[in-house]
Amino acid sequence: MEDIMLISLTPAFDPVLLDGMLRFQTLAYILAALLFILALAGLSRQKTAQRGNTLGIIGMALALIATVVVAVAQSEVTAAVTVGLMIVAIAIGACIGVWKALRVKMTGMPELVAMLHSFVGAAAVLVGFNSFLMDPGNGTYDNAFHMGEVGLAVFIGAVTLTGSIVAYLKLSAKMSGKPLTLPGRNIINLIMVIVSILLIAWFVNTLGVDAGLLPLVLLTIVSLVLGAHLVLAIGGGDMPVVVSMLNSYSGWAAAMAGFTLGNDLLIITGALVGSSGAYLSWIMCQGMNRSFVSVILGGFGGDSSTPAGGSSGAVSGDYTEVTPEEVAEQLKSAKRVVIAPGYGMAVAQAQYPVADLTRKLIDRGVDVKFAIHPVAGRMPGHMNVLLAEAKVPYDNVYEMDEVNDDFGDVDVVLVVGANDTVNPSAETDPGSPIAGMPVMRVWDAGTVVVSKRSMGNAGYAGVQNPLFFNENTEMLLGDAKDSVDAIIAAL
Amino acid sequence: MSATRMTIGVPKEPFEYQMRVSVAPQNVERLLKLGYEVLVEHDAGIKADLYDQQYEVQGARIVDAPEAWGADVVVCMNTPPAEQLAHIKRGALLITRVNPRANPELLDAFSQMGITVLALDCVPRISRAQSLDVLSSMMSIAGYKAVVEAADAFGRLLPGQVTAAGKMPPARVYVIGAGVAGLSAIGTASSMGAVVAATDVRPEVYDQVESLGGEFIEIPVKQESADGYAKEMSEDEQVVAQRLYAEQAAQSDIVITTAQIPGRPSPLLLTEEAIAGMKPGSVIVDMGASEQGSNTALTQVDQAVQTSNGVTILGYTNLANRLPSQASQMFGQNVVNLMKLITPAKDGAYQLDEEDEVVRGMTIALDGQIMWPPPPVSVSAAPAPQQAEAKAAAPEVNSAEPPLRWKGLWWKVLLGILAIVLIVMAPASMANHFIVFMLAVVVGFYVITAVTHSLHTPLMSVTNAISGIIIVGAILLAGTGNLVVTVLSFIAMVIASINIFGGFLVSHRMLKMFQRSSDE
Repeated sequence: MEDIMLISLTPAFDPVLLDGMLRFQTLAYILAALLFILALAGLSRQKTAQRGNTLGIIGMALALIATVVVAVAQSEVTAAVTVGLMIVAIAIGACIGVWKALRVKMTGMPELVAMLHSFVGAAAVLVGFNSFLMDPGNGTYDNAFHMGEVGLAVFIGAVTLTGSIVAYLKLSAKMSGKPLTLPGRNIINLIMVIVSILLIAWFVNTLGVDAGLLPLVLLTIVSLVLGAHLVLAIGGGDMPVVVSMLNSYSGWAAAMAGFTLGNDLLIITGALVGSSGAYLSWIMCQGMNRSFVSVILGGFGGDSSTPAGGSSGAVSGDYTEVTPEEVAEQLKSAKRVVIAPGYGMAVAQAQYPVADLTRKLIDRGVDVKFAIHPVAGRMPGHMNVLLAEAKVPYDNVYEMDEVNDDFGDVDVVLVVGANDTVNPSAETDPGSPIAGMPVMRVWDAGTVVVSKRSMGNAGYAGVQNPLFFNENTEMLLGDAKDSVDAIIAAL
Repeated sequence: MSATRMTIGVPKEPFEYQMRVSVAPQNVERLLKLGYEVLVEHDAGIKADLYDQQYEVQGARIVDAPEAWGADVVVCMNTPPAEQLAHIKRGALLITRVNPRANPELLDAFSQMGITVLALDCVPRISRAQSLDVLSSMMSIAGYKAVVEAADAFGRLLPGQVTAAGKMPPARVYVIGAGVAGLSAIGTASSMGAVVAATDVRPEVYDQVESLGGEFIEIPVKQESADGYAKEMSEDEQVVAQRLYAEQAAQSDIVITTAQIPGRPSPLLLTEEAIAGMKPGSVIVDMGASEQGSNTALTQVDQAVQTSNGVTILGYTNLANRLPSQASQMFGQNVVNLMKLITPAKDGAYQLDEEDEVVRGMTIALDGQIMWPPPPVSVSAAPAPQQAEAKAAAPEVNSAEPPLRWKGLWWKVLLGILAIVLIVMAPASMANHFIVFMLAVVVGFYVITAVTHSLHTPLMSVTNAISGIIIVGAILLAGTGNLVVTVLSFIAMVIASINIFGGFLVSHRMLKMFQRSSDE
């Protein structure tokens, strides 16, 4: 594309100067790409994470400056207009972005991230359209290939766009988390993919803007429907995978846009984001012991409102209810306490009282740890962010694998709003929908106290949890925040 | 309720050496909660500093010996000698340690007496039963005590120090066998400031050793265990292992050997030569010491001996007995957990569910009928956690391979073919872009594999911000004269910059919250 730009260059601009600028751009892009890689590398550890973020910002600034300079130099209209447009656009975007970022609650992170993904998707679609408008089909071989790239960029961008919007709606509870299970939904998806490929083929063989516009618009519509349908079919329990999968898609969309523009920085960055998102999705799938394909194909994981007993009547029985005062007594006399938080903690905004409780117990000399299941919450690492927000030192927060064999030595486990991640039937009942999913073996502990709104709610997988009826399990029913507050008061 | 309320008798242990008691005052309340009445023999816990009054405060009744032995359920540390055994009434339940492999003659006695016996040392090694396994609880105390005894016999400090009086390096502690006792010793020694190394024949305990602050030294021999216990090794393997032990012992100040095989003599780990190669002043604690065989060639059972080259060898057999108060409480907790398991109704009347593999495994005799040995139980929990541990240890290599290799093969092949077709068909000018793309994918993958779980959310928001780089595409096309293109570019710039600014800022906010307790 740069070559094409050079040809259409206005003669008013000094070619020598432009050449210098392009060299500067190359340098800036290389630096920016390196900085992005360092940013991601820095994020691997808490100590260096903040620095990683800063490096990312520097890289982005460099890339933007270089791009703006070159764009202005190549501009076919007055430079002032172009610059003005850019400044206004970026200023608007910056304001909205900063406003959103400052306002968002940590419990709302998954929604925000999903929404931001949709923006990348939308931008990719727009860039794809632009790229087509600037350089429509002309029958040459190189051009045909370019058109194919445009088609793919629009396809991935559009899927990301609607997929993310649906994910956003589901995560922010503006839409039911229940999977939409249309009959033959896999066939529908397959047909839409095939239709998209055919449309791209048609699109590639068109000449000129007018002829190409129809297949491109049709392609966009089909892709939009496909994205929405894909995510609609995935249940609430699989949301962590969906969020990281969309993260990956948004990266691939950017990479495809890079191909259409022949811009290596876009390709590198998109590929970085795409592969990192794919890896995260894979980790999440491991956490649930499910194949990536089966998650994408969806249909698993109902809403939280599935009535108990109805879904799997096999487990029932007497449960022991305790008062917050009794729990406080147990915690006081315990040596080792593990807190296992789940999405319920986020919903009830209980992370602050939980952190408070933790500090009080630590002051009393109790060894308190947090055990985080890889898929706890609605996006990867969600629980860690909430605990960090409430100022729980991250040294006290452990991954499931780090603590799972030690539950036998723990006196009291406090389960706050977790359900499927502590369900023993994953290990014991091969017929269970969550069979084989690695779970936290909290039941090995001396006593398990489960804080839960009521006995009537099954987890996202819609399966009843035999843990609640165990001999050493005590149920603390009620809003998690109120319950934990009451425990603190009783301490 | 009161009609079925059974009594649990806690007699004074008949053996002179026994310092512990089977139930501590701390455990009494829980037994009462299960509906039982608890009868404690006068002065039962006196050697463990647990006094009658403490038991009474918790709700136990102090009785004389015949009444304690005559309870419905009798709990004691070891199978009592005939004199006390005679007090146990027909049909009663005896809960104790039996070691039926070593004491087959007991089985006849149980049979004649018509009693039911649950052996606390025959608990199947499954995770559910861990809470009633006295071997585990006693060994973990013993492991602690082994380090304390060693430190006592060792003529120097364990932690390294730099003082005005000179610089002292930390002591090196080498633990052979990372079972419950070994792990406890590793944790204790490293918390006391020593440099700890450990070896186990099972390489899968690597993580556990490292997690407690020890360095794992692998033997070039592998062994897998189906029942949760280490097995005896073949002779060749033993030679290789012994050579390693000798090398390590020579470098160490304290060696703790923990190899015990249930029902068999303990294996020889340190030969005479190995001990001869050790530094003067160093200490060996042989936790495998027994009359049938010990872990070192020179161990004297229940004695501390010093070799001619100044190595002290402690062969105390019952280290847990040297911490009687704590050991009693933990033993008692195991008893409580067992009673919980067999008293599901909490009505003070036990029910033995012989369908339950835990109960079945422990049952030596049922109303006089000999039930031992039980059918074998395979460890259900072992494979799963090991896999999980392997993942934790090496996420970038091992875990990524096996599931993908088979499950995802078809789409990998498909993708490969597609990619080849694409690259072959692509115009020559595209070649560079493909190379860049592939390299970036690989780099992205490798960079991300190191990310800790807790940072996944910030990572995602940063990658999100970075993918706002698509704004470059919009900017490059903003200056064209085409109005439609300009408008579309404008919109794209707006939304992409929401991403950039929002993403970086929210990451910054999140990362600021991550803190360490020491930072405060």
